[in-house]
Amino acid sequence: MPDFQQLVRVRLRDSGLPPAREAEIIDELSEHLRQRYLALCSTGSGEEHALKTIIAELDLRDLAAELRLIEQSRSEPVALGAPNPPRFWTAVGQDLRYALRVLRLNPAFTAVCVLSLALGIGANTAIFQLIDSVRMRTLPVKNPEELAVIRSANLSRSGHITGRYSYTTNAMWEQIRAHQQAFTGVFAWGNDTLNLSAGGQAHNADALWASGEFFDVLGVQPLLGRVFHAADDQAGCGTPGAVLSYGFWQREFGGDPNITSRTVGLENHVFPIFGVTPASFTGVDVGHTFDVAIPICSEPVIMGERSLYNVRHGWWLAVMGRLKPGWSLEKASAQLATISPGIMQESLPTAYSPDRAKRYLEMKLAAFPGATGLSDLRRAYESPLWLLLAIAGLVLLIACANLANLMLARAGTREREIAVRLALGAARGRLVRQLLTESLMIAIAGAAVGMALAAGLTRLLVNYLSGRIYISLSIDWRVLGFTTALAVLTCILFGLAPAMKATSAPPARVMSLAGRSTATRERFSLRRALVVLQVALSLVLVVTAILFSSSLRKILSIDAGFQRDGLLVMDVDFTRLNLPSSERVPFAESLLERVRALPGVEGAAETSTVPLGDNWWNDYVVVDGKRIVKNVNMSRVTPGYFKTMGTPLLAGRDFDQHDIPGSPQVAIVSQEFARQILGTEDPIGRTFKIDVYKGEAQPEYQIVGLVKGSKYTDLREDLSPLAYYPLAKDGKPDNGTEMMIRSSLSLEPLLESLRHAIAEQNPAITIDFHVLNQDITRSLLRERLLATLSGFFGLLAAVLATVGLYGVIAYLVVRRTNEIGIRMALGATPGRILRMVVGEAAFLLSIGIAIGCVLALSSGKLAATLLYGLKPYDPLVFVVAATGLAAIAVAASLLPARRAAHLEPTVALREE
Amino acid sequence: MAESLSVFHRELKKGSAELLILSLLEARPRHGYEISQLIDSRSDGALTFNIASFYPLLYRLEKRGWIQGRWVEKAGQRRRRYYRLTPAGRQVLEQQRNSWLKFVAAMQRITGLKHA
Repeated sequence: MPDFQQLVRVRLRDSGLPPAREAEIIDELSEHLRQRYLALCSTGSGEEHALKTIIAELDLRDLAAELRLIEQSRSEPVALGAPNPPRFWTAVGQDLRYALRVLRLNPAFTAVCVLSLALGIGANTAIFQLIDSVRMRTLPVKNPEELAVIRSANLSRSGHITGRYSYTTNAMWEQIRAHQQAFTGVFAWGNDTLNLSAGGQAHNADALWASGEFFDVLGVQPLLGRVFHAADDQAGCGTPGAVLSYGFWQREFGGDPNITSRTVGLENHVFPIFGVTPASFTGVDVGHTFDVAIPICSEPVIMGERSLYNVRHGWWLAVMGRLKPGWSLEKASAQLATISPGIMQESLPTAYSPDRAKRYLEMKLAAFPGATGLSDLRRAYESPLWLLLAIAGLVLLIACANLANLMLARAGTREREIAVRLALGAARGRLVRQLLTESLMIAIAGAAVGMALAAGLTRLLVNYLSGRIYISLSIDWRVLGFTTALAVLTCILFGLAPAMKATSAPPARVMSLAGRSTATRERFSLRRALVVLQVALSLVLVVTAILFSSSLRKILSIDAGFQRDGLLVMDVDFTRLNLPSSERVPFAESLLERVRALPGVEGAAETSTVPLGDNWWNDYVVVDGKRIVKNVNMSRVTPGYFKTMGTPLLAGRDFDQHDIPGSPQVAIVSQEFARQILGTEDPIGRTFKIDVYKGEAQPEYQIVGLVKGSKYTDLREDLSPLAYYPLAKDGKPDNGTEMMIRSSLSLEPLLESLRHAIAEQNPAITIDFHVLNQDITRSLLRERLLATLSGFFGLLAAVLATVGLYGVIAYLVVRRTNEIGIRMALGATPGRILRMVVGEAAFLLSIGIAIGCVLALSSGKLAATLLYGLKPYDPLVFVVAATGLAAIAVAASLLPARRAAHLEPTVALREE
Repeated sequence: MAESLSVFHRELKKGSAELLILSLLEARPRHGYEISQLIDSRSDGALTFNIASFYPLLYRLEKRGWIQGRWVEKAGQRRRRYYRLTPAGRQVLEQQRNSWLKFVAAMQRITGLKHA
């Protein structure tokens, strides 16, 4: 019998068929040939003739080529259960359904993965959203990229400074408006707080002084009624009208559709309402919104004596403009620079001394980017926010490492399933794609939950940042893109490596191990490396948390120079009483007496500047004819002030009833004044003058008292020279005063009795309260934010790292069960086993901590500027952090260690 | 004349091969040699497929999912690959049958061919 198999094999030599398939075809065709041969022989054909016939039939076509064509399309990987290789989108659909099923069948695993990812992504998104709002989002006006801020590049202001962005005086603004050529339109604006109520407790509104061009240049269309224009802003306009913000209109007027027929009272002046701005417009001050916008020309009417409209050294405005088409910032700055000398000359404050005037005239205006508006918030919070984002990023990294570890562990348990599929012809690429789909689903779920968490977290953060800060929190494309990118990145990070690893083990080897894990050394080293990375990063975060918490603690315990607790500040405004100047001081004193007489009030006094408040007054002084170029902070106070504040009087006397108008000018100074200005420890009897503006009297003050130094504007500042003067001798008293009240009563009853007492005197008096300690705490917002968030992240990181370490150690125990059994059989005590396992944990831990220390030290510079009272490489902090982390990690590894130590040797040995 | 006739014959054979194989598998599964023999015998030798053209045809049908092959080893026999119709194959068989009937009827009307 001829060798039919050989006949066929020879003709299939160049077919390129897979060996298995080729063998099949050879079998089939050779059997066909055999039967054909037998049939031919049985019909009388000779053997030789029969063979020739079948060979001829075989060679009629190029079998190899035909089969090659057919088999090429057959050899595509086929998903299990499908008779045909599926098309692309069908395959994707299959992958998704399969992934969903796998994840549903392992709820605990899925939950842990999604949750850790959600926490990481949520934290990052929340902080990025804040950064986006504060830093990056452009103003919701027409073409914000055309806007520019016009101010002096070398600002040198002195005089009356008020408002958040007081870069310009009114005189300077008018000059800019008249002579600028680089802008299609310019406007000026300023911020203030104005009282809406007619008496009693103040009800304040955030006011926006706006020049007539404000809304037109910004391109803001009113929602209701109209906005004001240049024609409404003419000098001497009185009270032409006000524009309300959408939020204010809703809150105060209930969204009244007839708002344009109503009026609003500001500091007891009635303004008709022009209209309402759209909800999206909140001014050009990022982080703050406005309630009422009024034309600049109304300022003299509202502010009365305090008006800065015609005061050439009154700084209260900021100027912005819209660039002409084709004009760049550089070109505009150049134009502004050429007209600056003229502008400065025309607007020069007449009261300036020669060298102040010189500095003023040297100022050069320039154009700065204005697309994102102005923001003091940005200044204060930009670097902390970026730092927090970096921290949150590290947390996400740790979470990803955890997830990678979990995926690797799970890939180990699915080895057999994967091996079977590979053996059945699944392509490695398809399997990797399938595993990636699973991690992609986890990433998407994590991102979705993370975004929900982020929304809540951001809201919490904004509330924490004191309700007075206003940030628009609508999700915009940048945040969405950021979160999506994070999700995809984490998917690749924790999905790809395990997927590649899982499909790399040769299937035959896997199946021959009959269900046991291959657990290659390689894969376990990766998991160990991941845990070391987690521990290292956690150490960095724990160190950061400790640094910021310590910093905050240090600041809070700073000696302010007075007793902080139990102090209430009462702002008193009696403008409505229209008292002549000479009656104001006695009137305020009578109020003070009333307050002092109240039960529960231990002390009360007036001051012109509340410590650590928003006002300040400083000047240079002249000693023995020589001007000392050092800022001296000043305040006018009544007798009893120092006792009320709890500031010790070290020498001399307090002000008393003899210090009245007409009596010699006296002053009380602080120790720093004595040392730095007079160069002595005993200043009593010495004299000095204040370096005043031209045209003002320059009396000589005799020092009658010495007090301990106290903080003036900021808790963190160094103590500055302080000088106090009797309030009674104030030649230009205000229509109001600030009272410092010390009481042991609880807040509400005290406020109630104060309101009552003041109303009794005259119900037209307006009062407002704030607790000094609360103001101070609010001013430490940045430090509190850093301490709280870094603390939270540090804790989170430590937990994640501990979970990771636990997982690896538990896995280690399982893997070495056999070995442990042998050891125990050979006489090892449970104690020794425990030490062995914990030792492994300690080993990984110490490498992680060492790397973490290096990382923390090298990145310490980033946080240095935000710390107070300690350096970023404070060794104690590192020791505490390392010890803390080590303690919880070792505790976590004790659990599997104990389990290992209590294994039954016989059971352990049975595990192969 | 003979050449054009053989071309005609070849084209007809090509077009009907699938229908032939599918219909032969309608009743029961068969192996390759059996199918080719049946075609030969039932057509009284008018239609023959040699091995080199037959099996590629068979594999193409299998690739399309109209038939499915299975190795069967019976006692005392070498293993053979039996083919059966799949549900998809049955549908195709029905469609092709109908097409052929319509085609033949149309040809009859035009050419005046009568059923033998």
